[in-house]
Amino acid sequence: MAKVDFHNVRKSYGSLEVIHGVDARVADGEFIVIVGPSGCGKSTLLRMVAGLESITAGEIAIGDRIVNELEPKDRDIAMVFQNYALYPHMSVYDNMAYGLRIRGMSKEEIDQRVRKAGGILELGPLLQRKPRQLSGGQRQRVAMGRAIVREPKVFLFDEPLSNLDAKLRVQMRFEIQKLHRTLGTTSLYVTHDQVEAMTLAHRMIVMNAGVAEQIGSPMDVYEDPATRFVAGFIGSPSMNFLAGKGAGAGKVALEHGGIVRYANGQVETGRDVVVGIRPEHLTAADPADAMFAGTVEMVEQLGADTLVHLAHGADNAIVRRPQGQTAAVGETLHVTAEPSRVYLFDAASGLRLR
Amino acid sequence: MDVSTTPERKARLPFLARYNMLPRTILRGRREGMVENRPLLDVLTHIVLIIGVAVIAFPVYVTFVASTITAEQVLAAPMPLVPGPHLIDNYREALLRGAGNSAAPVWMMMVNSLVSALIIAIGKIAISLISAFAIVYFRFPLRNFFFWMIFVTLMLPVEVRILPTYKIVSDLGMLDSYAGLTLPLIASATATFLFRQFFLTIPDELAEAARIDGAGPMRFFWDVVIPMSKTSMAALFVIQFIYGWNQYLWPLIVTTQENYYTVVIGIKRMIVGGGDAAIEWQLVMATAIMAMLPPAAVVILMQRWFVKGLVDTEK
Repeated sequence: MAKVDFHNVRKSYGSLEVIHGVDARVADGEFIVIVGPSGCGKSTLLRMVAGLESITAGEIAIGDRIVNELEPKDRDIAMVFQNYALYPHMSVYDNMAYGLRIRGMSKEEIDQRVRKAGGILELGPLLQRKPRQLSGGQRQRVAMGRAIVREPKVFLFDEPLSNLDAKLRVQMRFEIQKLHRTLGTTSLYVTHDQVEAMTLAHRMIVMNAGVAEQIGSPMDVYEDPATRFVAGFIGSPSMNFLAGKGAGAGKVALEHGGIVRYANGQVETGRDVVVGIRPEHLTAADPADAMFAGTVEMVEQLGADTLVHLAHGADNAIVRRPQGQTAAVGETLHVTAEPSRVYLFDAASGLRLR
Repeated sequence: MDVSTTPERKARLPFLARYNMLPRTILRGRREGMVENRPLLDVLTHIVLIIGVAVIAFPVYVTFVASTITAEQVLAAPMPLVPGPHLIDNYREALLRGAGNSAAPVWMMMVNSLVSALIIAIGKIAISLISAFAIVYFRFPLRNFFFWMIFVTLMLPVEVRILPTYKIVSDLGMLDSYAGLTLPLIASATATFLFRQFFLTIPDELAEAARIDGAGPMRFFWDVVIPMSKTSMAALFVIQFIYGWNQYLWPLIVTTQENYYTVVIGIKRMIVGGGDAAIEWQLVMATAIMAMLPPAAVVILMQRWFVKGLVDTEK
């Protein structure tokens, strides 16, 4: 087990820089999720830790060792790939034992480690099977088994659940969590799925266009997003953004009508801002108390709650309403929110105004 | 027994139907409802197929018959179409003594053919595997240039470059040797290209996983790439073995001593040359039949292996 330090890590392909200096410190035993949309550089960052991509500038340290120049096999890491990358011609047992054999470990030790990992992952009866005889979930478990037997300092997961169906994904999420509790190995986990990020992470790194926009615990990131991108990326359905201008103390006048009161931060009168309110924080209100109104365009019944899509001028807003409270398409809905739940972002830079 | 009644049979019907293996009774029932119910067409298809088979098989049969009778009977018109009693005599004589102008016994030529075909097939596979591996998995200067160079040699088969190749082989003193027989035929663009295409379908993650597992390039080649290529190797072996076995022009030019003759030139030597000696057709035919057997055996045996390989490996 070890900590992982990123120090101003950059990556360029030719003249194109794709990672613009990431700084992060991962504590020993921590479960870090790197989350972001596709193309944001999250997989590249992980592959740089693994040694599969070179580091253009900056330093990555695992434990107290700078690993920039080390071969993957010398970094004491194990990686789980999205498509499992199991050796198709080897049995489950051999897949897990292969790395240990190359390292020249004794047969007894290999056998003991493989059986132990097989026990943890409930692969016991499958050890002699070939990968093609396994289901997706089982293959993923073998891939994790291959990582576990090595007893590495750091686990790297590259979108390990993306190839599984929704139900299996929930189950494997639970198993990964359990595994991490049992082994306590430092883990870096890349995903584009913010639900995985929220549920698995001790802390998450939200990446956008090669920049780590925010690093923090899931609830910190959810409740206190640093940028408009983070606010929009974390949370489902995503945060509503409404254009507006500062209009005196604690008030923003929306571009398409309505006044939003806010409790945190301050905005000079006339400054262009973007108001962010999460769908779950919007509630219906009397026209007199409402912050703004919108025309109901679509209603999505999800069972436990209902998503009401509003058109507010050129902006859109989603209101999440509890079961039983629905709305009719075409009607006008007046909504409000707690001023403390209103976030303000600079219209140009997207930075949070506090 | 009415086949359509057993439940087990019924469950298999869709499967059987897909492979056109429905029991006749059911087929007939099904056919009634179909637009295409033309017994005449069936007869016609079969006639065409039978003609096709006859065109291929009849000469082989005649060859076989000719190898079981005496020389006089072969030359008699019409030649008998029923196998005669001299099968064992003729084959023994051809194998041990040879025939006509070529004094080399057929067993020796069979060994030569077998050795050269094996060297060519295995050599081609080995060289192509290595070069395709280099081209796909390593980044070195002029990589693409070399790949295209290999590719361009497709346009230069032995027949086209036969004089310079002969000159080189002769200067190197490799005339009348297995090296001379096989080396110029080993370099293979087709096989390299085939393996390259196959390697490109192996996911990159597999190479990366092996790297993280600590396998160096050659270890990865040996432990992962080669086992995964088994089926391609089997297919190529069949093709290249037959290619090597059937070589005619090159062995003809590069061998002058009878103990390096391959069976294909052997046959030719038996039927040309000294006008005096009557050609011993029955022995020539016996040799022809024997020359057909090893390629046929390779196809039949490797086919089973090939299918097994297909079932076993999967990405």
